Amino acid sequence: MPDYYGKSHIYRSIGRLLQKKVALVCICLIVLIYTFGVLAPFVSSYEYNEQDYTSIREAPSLRHIAGTDLKGRDVFTRVLWGIQNTVIITFITMATGGLLVGVSLGLLAGYFGGRIDAFIMRIGEVFASFPDILLVILLAATLRTRIIKSIYWIEDHTFIEGIVKSGAADYLVISLALISFSWIGMARLVRGQVLFLKENQYIDSAKATGASTLRILFVHLLPNALGPILVTVSMGMGSLIGTEIILSWLGLGIQPPRPSLGNMLLEAGSISALRVVPWMLIAPGIVAWALVLSWNLLGDSLNDIFNPKTK
Amino acid sequence: MLKFIVRRLLWLPILLFMVSAFTFFIGTYGPGDPVQVMLGARYDPDTADRLRMSLGLDRPVIIQYVDYMTSAMQGDFGESLRYRGRGVMSLLAPKMLVSLQVNLVAMSVSIIIGLPLGFWLAHKQGTWIDPFVVSLTLMIMSIPIMLSIPLALWGLCLKADLVPCSGWGGVFDSRILIPAITMGLPGVAGLARLMRSSTLEVLGQDFVRTAYAKGLTRIQVDYRHVLRNSIIPIITVLSLSLAGMLTTGFITERLLGIPGVGDFAIQSIFNRDYPVIMAFTIVLATVFVFANLLADIAYMLIDPRIRVT
Repeated sequence: MPDYYGKSHIYRSIGRLLQKKVALVCICLIVLIYTFGVLAPFVSSYEYNEQDYTSIREAPSLRHIAGTDLKGRDVFTRVLWGIQNTVIITFITMATGGLLVGVSLGLLAGYFGGRIDAFIMRIGEVFASFPDILLVILLAATLRTRIIKSIYWIEDHTFIEGIVKSGAADYLVISLALISFSWIGMARLVRGQVLFLKENQYIDSAKATGASTLRILFVHLLPNALGPILVTVSMGMGSLIGTEIILSWLGLGIQPPRPSLGNMLLEAGSISALRVVPWMLIAPGIVAWALVLSWNLLGDSLNDIFNPKTK
Repeated sequence: MLKFIVRRLLWLPILLFMVSAFTFFIGTYGPGDPVQVMLGARYDPDTADRLRMSLGLDRPVIIQYVDYMTSAMQGDFGESLRYRGRGVMSLLAPKMLVSLQVNLVAMSVSIIIGLPLGFWLAHKQGTWIDPFVVSLTLMIMSIPIMLSIPLALWGLCLKADLVPCSGWGGVFDSRILIPAITMGLPGVAGLARLMRSSTLEVLGQDFVRTAYAKGLTRIQVDYRHVLRNSIIPIITVLSLSLAGMLTTGFITERLLGIPGVGDFAIQSIFNRDYPVIMAFTIVLATVFVFANLLADIAYMLIDPRIRVT
């Protein structure tokens, strides 16, 4: 055991995390997949929409390591670009919905209590009583045309061009739909933590020394709730990735010809495709599985570290 | 306890009002025009206007909403816009029944295997089996359903030729096999994890040590003292997943050609058939809120120490 004496709680936790082999493997896997996704244009020598009619539905070979699809496009390249889309969308959603909205609403509700607490939690309850995936689909389906229309308007009336073409509009639509439910869990968790923490004496002494509310919230309360927040973020990334894949599977996510993992799973998962080209399922399937799994496993390890009681 | 139940029941209409209003306004402000969907190829502006008038779609949204809710509260959820002349409930009810059957089968699989597995795992803590199986359960839970169903289809239907590839024939038909596996296994994994951690918590309690100290055998301790306490947290999860499962199955339903309500609801969103979406959302939200309430009441009945405020 390394000596952590005198080091901060977070420092010790990171030390313990790095000693867990499962967690290390997961972190490496996540970093690897994300790097490949972000560097997609440099990793692969093909374009994602480059069609080669001389090699259609080719089984995996050295030239196309995951084979080619019905239009002669390299599956491996498309998977890389699909990862990129998933990564961007889930990061935006987690950073805004989970962290920004969720954490701050949870802090407010927990610290001030009373009416503010009741108001925030009741709104959360309304969103939580929706059949969750239905809410996301409903929002994604209705928001898309509205947002795309208004972006076209912006393109027409300013010098900015190519927003819709670049796929940024798709990112916006999906992130907005995902944010709608992704803040609730985080807000509830942070609220519970704050309710528990604010009864501690060190908060009283902070108040007595004249610390401002903001200082108490962000310097004294938030860091102490960091452990459970990290667990929620990690688990939440897993389910966000799953939901994003469902959306693009339904055709509500990234629009073709831009590749998405969900769309590739849809193409490869039909009976007719399974009969002829079953290996088309392998690359997007394994990547989707590995992404969800490594975030979940990492969350599990983090949970062991931060809540040793439940181990 | 009565006070608690009454307060929750009073909150219910407000909640349902907000859920329904939100869905309604999203529905009306959404893209496309239901009239256009209904007319399809026969669309021309005059007919569209007349149809819109006869459906009352030309009135202000607020009035449409109030009108809708008044009849909904009397049990009339209106007519489907897509399937003319069919009441929404007569469309939804048989499909809900199918989804319920599929999900009950999957849930039985999860309970029958998952609970004993988790209980057993808790007793294996400290051996190599425990971390191994716990990681395995996470692996199973993380498989996207769009991957597991094609895999099952490829193996069981195309290669082994055990079951037909699609369709629905009731609970006792061989075609139930694939949904039972693909939906049941993640449930097994989830329940096993939950049961394991809840059992571990109970095993660490003082009263378990006392029970051993007074000379009870392990089986006696397990069944009289541990099992009863460790099953409490499972109840909430089960009741909530019963409520949520009508939607979670839509991918399974579509891929396997099962005429369930999940796939139908998604289709209705694309078809702009919002009477159907409204009715479905309201029914599900009601079921969900009641399941929540029942879980809380069950909690209090099983463990009198729990006082929900």
